[in-house]
Formats: sequence, C-alpha cells, structure tokens
Amino acid sequence: MLEVRGLTKQFGALRASDGIDFDVAEGETHAVIGPNGAGKTTFISQLAGNLRPDSGTVRFAGADITALPAPRRARLGLARSFQITSLYPDFSALHNVALAIQAHSGHSFRFWRDARSDPALIEPARKVLNEVGLSARVNVLAANLAHGEQRQLEMAMALATRPRLLLLDEPMAGMGTDESLRMIALLASLKRKHTIILVEHDMDAVFRLADRISVLVYGRVIATDTPEKIRRNEEVRQAYLGSEA
Amino acid sequence: MKLRLVLWGLGIALLVALPPLAIALGQTYYIDLVRRVLILSIAAISLNLILGYGGLVSFGHAAYLGIGAYSAGIMAFYGVSSGWLQWPLAVGASALVAAAIGAVSIRTSGIYFIMITLAFTQMLYYLGISLAEFGGDDGMRLKARSQFSGLIDLGNPVAFYYLALALMLLSVFLVYRIVNSRFGMVLRAAKSNDPRTRAIGFSPYFYRLAAFVLAGAMCGLAGALYANHTNYITPGLMSWQQSGDLMFMVILGGMASTAGPVIGTFALLVIEEVLKGWTEYWQVVLGPLLVLSVVFFKRGLAGMFYKPDA
Repeated sequence: MLEVRGLTKQFGALRASDGIDFDVAEGETHAVIGPNGAGKTTFISQLAGNLRPDSGTVRFAGADITALPAPRRARLGLARSFQITSLYPDFSALHNVALAIQAHSGHSFRFWRDARSDPALIEPARKVLNEVGLSARVNVLAANLAHGEQRQLEMAMALATRPRLLLLDEPMAGMGTDESLRMIALLASLKRKHTIILVEHDMDAVFRLADRISVLVYGRVIATDTPEKIRRNEEVRQAYLGSEA
Repeated sequence: MKLRLVLWGLGIALLVALPPLAIALGQTYYIDLVRRVLILSIAAISLNLILGYGGLVSFGHAAYLGIGAYSAGIMAFYGVSSGWLQWPLAVGASALVAAAIGAVSIRTSGIYFIMITLAFTQMLYYLGISLAEFGGDDGMRLKARSQFSGLIDLGNPVAFYYLALALMLLSVFLVYRIVNSRFGMVLRAAKSNDPRTRAIGFSPYFYRLAAFVLAGAMCGLAGALYANHTNYITPGLMSWQQSGDLMFMVILGGMASTAGPVIGTFALLVIEEVLKGWTEYWQVVLGPLLVLSVVFFKRGLAGMFYKPDA
C-alpha cells in the first residue's frame, strides 16, 4: 500500500530523516515509535505532503506521490490527524466532519444550495460522529469540546474522508487515562478495516494495536518487526525503551 | 433567528419609507445621503465576502469601485450611454482585473497580501491620474447618466434610490447564499484553519480566487452606480483612503455577518455627515470614535444583535 525508499530530509546540520525505508501492507497497523526528536513528525509530514523530502521516493497504492502536494494526496485517500489538535474551532462538530465529507464528494464550486442542511453531507457526517462516539456532541462548537473529544473529532475528520491509509500523529497526546482507553478501543475497532500508520508515545497503545513496529532514532529506522520481537530487540532497548521495557 | 428577521423587516421598511417621508418633510437631501450609503454598502458587502468570510485582508478593494465607475464614465464619454452595455462591462472589467490581481496576490498571505493588494490599487490610482483624456487628476464629469431603454430614469432621485436599494438587498442575498453554500463553507474553512483544509483534500487557492473575482465584480457594479450617483468620476475613488474606508465599514459593522457591512456603512457615513455639520475638523473626532467602537464592539455593531454560531 505504502512504499518509502531512501527518504531524506535535512534541516541545516540536522538530518531529520536519514535514508528511511518503510513499508505498510494493506490492512496493517504499523506503529512508528522513537524518542523525542527522532524525526517522527518530520517523517509523517513527508508522507502527508506537508514537507518535501530532499531525496527518496514515496509510493502510494502503486503511484509515485513524492511530488504531490497535501490536498492531492488527501484526495487519493491519505488522511492525517495532527499531533496538535487541528480543527475548525468556530464550526460545530457536525460541520467539521461535514466539511471532510464534502472534500471527497466532488468539487465544491457550488455557490447556491445551503450546505449546512444538505443531507448528502450531514447524514454521513452524523454516521462518522456516531462511529467515534461523539453522537451526543454533534452541535457543540469544536472549540467547546473537551480535549479528549477534540481528539475524537480529529479522528472523525480523518475517517470522513474515507481514507485508504490513516496517518495518525500521536492520537493519544495529552489524554487522561480514561480518554486514552476510549481512544485505544476506538483504534482497535478501526484496525483491519483500515490501513493505519500510528505514531504514538503511549507504549501500551502501541503494543496492543500494532501488527508491526518501526523504531526511529535520529532519523533512521533501526528496526522494523512484530511487537514481540521489538520488545526483545537489544538495540531498541538501548536506544529507546531502556528502563520502560 | 426570529429576532433577526424582524430587524431585517424593520430596516427594509424604514428604507422603503424614507423617500416619501423625506419629500413630505421637504428634506430631499436625505434621499441623496442614504442612496450614497446604499451604493457604498454594496461595495462593503462585496469586501465582506473576502475579508470577513475568506480572511483575505484586501487593502485595495477601492480599485473595483474605480474600475466600475470609469467603465461607465469612459463609455459615456464615447457616447455609449446604454446602461445595458455599461453596467455589464463595469462588472466584467472589474472581474477581469480582480482575476489578474487575485491570481498573483492570493499566492501570498498575511502582511504581504495586504501590501500587494494595496500596491496594485495604487498602480490603478496613478493610471487614473495619468489619463489626461479622462480628466487626469481632476476626474471627469459623467457625460450622461446610464440609460435603461426608458425603463428607469436615474435622473429621478427617487427612482434611482429604489434601484440602489433593490441592488443592495440583492447583494446581501447573493452573499448570504454564497457563504452558506458548499463553496462558502470551503472559503470559511480555509480562513479558519488552512492546514486542516489542505489535509482533508481542498486546495484553497482556487476557492479564494473565485471569491476574490466575485467580490471584485460586485464592487464594480457599485462603482457604476456611484458614477451615476455623483455624476463625477475621479481617481480618488481608487485611493488607499477609499480602500481603508471600505475596510472600516466592514470591520465596524461586523466581519462575516450578513448585515454587518450595511450597518457599518450607515454608521460610518452618517457619523461622518453629522460631524461635518459640527466642525471642519471632523476627522479629529471621528478617529477616536472609531477606535472606541472597535474596542467596545469586538464583533462589530451587528454583533449586538446575534450570538456567534456554527
């Protein structure tokens, strides 16, 4: 589904991505872990198209997308959630999701009919909000949602684009224990139905959800394997897991 | 929602009743004043589409007022006085210029966008000054008011007033429909959170450009009306002060609100008029008043009548 070869990105003297090779198979949940500053977000941004790599290629569903800008990739089915919550704070939860639906229902050069009451947008949006457990908060402004709910909404917007590949950048960031558990349950329900790349610090979540884990250190992938083997990998333990594992 | 409809009804009723009242009281001057307000409201409404809903801080919107006015004026100068030709040309020329200016400016954002729209409009302003044939710095008299096959006589102040009123209301309705359509939702989304909008699959550039062209076209119509209103066309219509006035009308009235630009235009021009009656140094009073109004009405004057919603 996704095939990354030799991805390199340099910021001044810092090599944030250093010849990354990375594969994701259809239906797989592939986690990316690594210490702070390992270049995880830089990596995700190059996959989503927000950053252009200096060299290397990204192939998605058989096509070379290395040069495509983010909106084009999104239309091909690559959906991302942001590490720092990124919503439309002045729109209700429903209209946040409805916009994501609209982005994938043909062009939007339609100037006359009211979009806010358009059942072709509103009905699917309600369904997605149901799926992520926000059905009771449909009409609340995104700005007024609790942090955990905003993360759920972020997820709903990614799902609403009917993605072929979900890029989740720390979906659990800043969540309390209860909220995390709910998010893990939600992700578990999405697993298999979707191909997922999960960047996450919460090791519980990673080891429970991932089929394979890649460990990123200083811009390099030092290991890619099943959770069991990663747990026992000596190099990984030294570089990262250390006392935690 | 209900309250807003009642207020709209009330406002429209007042505007409709104004000419007969003014005539009965022998104060026909007010017909002229409010007609000017109505025409400039159309310009402010069009600016609100890009400034309020699109977040495009165009500091050069007066350009289209000027292009609309000069289109009508230059055609009249060459003896083409039919409004059926003049006005569509004013709208079309404004749309074309907006497309050219927008195509370049919208690639930038923030302070650069403000400066580049200002720069383009200054270029047009100086072009106006250098057109010696059309009066140059002094401007020119409109040879004849636009003719509409005898359907409506713009020389009749009351008829012209009602035409301006109808076109102003039509503009309000048009923008209202546009900003609530799918197109409008993308425009507002791109203002609210640009990276998110790209991430879900929209390329905001063409949506913004389309809005910019629509706003330019609508302002061009206001320009053609304004030329007929003053009977005189000067490059001053395209000055940065005029652009600033338009921005102020929108901000004072309330950005991204349906009635805001109309209320803002009324407030600004009426206060201006009252102050002018008091003192020669009216600007000294107007400045602080405007500052206070922005400080105390963060969502504009229209913000008094509604709560922000989704």
